[in-house]
Amino acid sequence: MLSIGLGHYLTLAAIIFTIGVVGIFLNRKNVIVILMSIELILLAVNINLVAFSIFINDLTGQIFTLFILTVAAAEAAIGLAIIVVYFRNSETIRVEEIKNLKG
Amino acid sequence: MIAHTVFFYIFSLIAIVSAVMVTVSKNTVHSVFFLILDFISISCLFIMIGAEFLGMIMLIVYVGAVAVLFLFVVMMLNVAEQKGQWFSSRWDGGTHIPVGLLVSLIIFFELIIVIGGWKYKPDLLNSLSINISTEVTNTRSIGNVLYTDYIFLFQISGMILLVAMIGAIVLTYRERAGVKKQSYVKQISRERDEGVDLVEAERNKGVKIDA
Repeated sequence: MLSIGLGHYLTLAAIIFTIGVVGIFLNRKNVIVILMSIELILLAVNINLVAFSIFINDLTGQIFTLFILTVAAAEAAIGLAIIVVYFRNSETIRVEEIKNLKG
Repeated sequence: MIAHTVFFYIFSLIAIVSAVMVTVSKNTVHSVFFLILDFISISCLFIMIGAEFLGMIMLIVYVGAVAVLFLFVVMMLNVAEQKGQWFSSRWDGGTHIPVGLLVSLIIFFELIIVIGGWKYKPDLLNSLSINISTEVTNTRSIGNVLYTDYIFLFQISGMILLVAMIGAIVLTYRERAGVKKQSYVKQISRERDEGVDLVEAERNKGVKIDA
C-alpha cells in the first residue's frame, strides 16, 4: 500500500481507460466529448507504456509513447476538422441528431 | 518514499475525478478544462516516475495544442451550453446507458484481473534492447535512441503530422464567392500585348482611353 509499484500505475490506467469507454457510451451531447473520451483512452495507454518502461527499465516504451502522442495530435486535428465541416453542413453535432448513416 | 506515495495518490485522485468530470459535465467548455487538468496531473505523474521528457512533451502537446484546439472548436461551434440536459433531451428509452455501463464494468474487471494475476517472467529482462542508464538524463537517452535506432519511425511520424495538417486544411477550406483574391497564374501568364497599348497621339487632342 505504501510503496507505489507497477500495479498502482496499471490500475490507474485501467480506471482512466474505463472512464473513457463509459464516456463514449454515455455521451449523448455532442461529438466533441466523444473525441475527448478517445483522448482519455490514449492517455491511459500512455500511462501503461511509461509505467512498464520505467519498471522494466527499458526505454522503448517511452519512445513508443512519443509516437502515440504524435498520432493522437493528428487524430484530434483531423477529427475536429471533420466536426467543423459537419457542423457547417448540417448545423448540429448532437449525437442523437446525426443519423445520416442510420438510414 | 512516503512523499512519492502521497503525491501518487493525490495526482491519481485528481486525474480520476477530472476524467469523470470530462464525461459527465453538462458544459462542454468545462469538459475541456477538466481534460486539461487530467493531462496536467498525468504529466506530473510522469515527471515523478522519472520520465521527465514525456511529461514535458505531454504538457506542450496536449495542454498547449490539443486542448486549446478543442477549446477553440467548442467556442467556434457555439455548442457550449446544452441547457441543463445531462444525457439526452429526447429520452428514447435510454437503453444504451445500462448496456454501456455493463460493458465498461466488464472491461474494467477484465483489466483488473489481468493486472492482479500478472507477473512478468524473469527471462524477459534478458531480451531487452535499450536499458535506461542512470548517468545520463532521460531527455538525452531518448534523444540518443530516437535519432539513431528509430529514425525511420521518427520521420514517418513527421509525415503523419504533415498529412494531418494538409487534411485538416483541405477539409475546412471553403471558397467564398465575392472575395477579391490575387491569382498568381493570371499575373505570371500576362503578356505584353494585354498590358501595353501603343497609341498614336494627335497633337492638341489628347488620347481617349476606353475604360
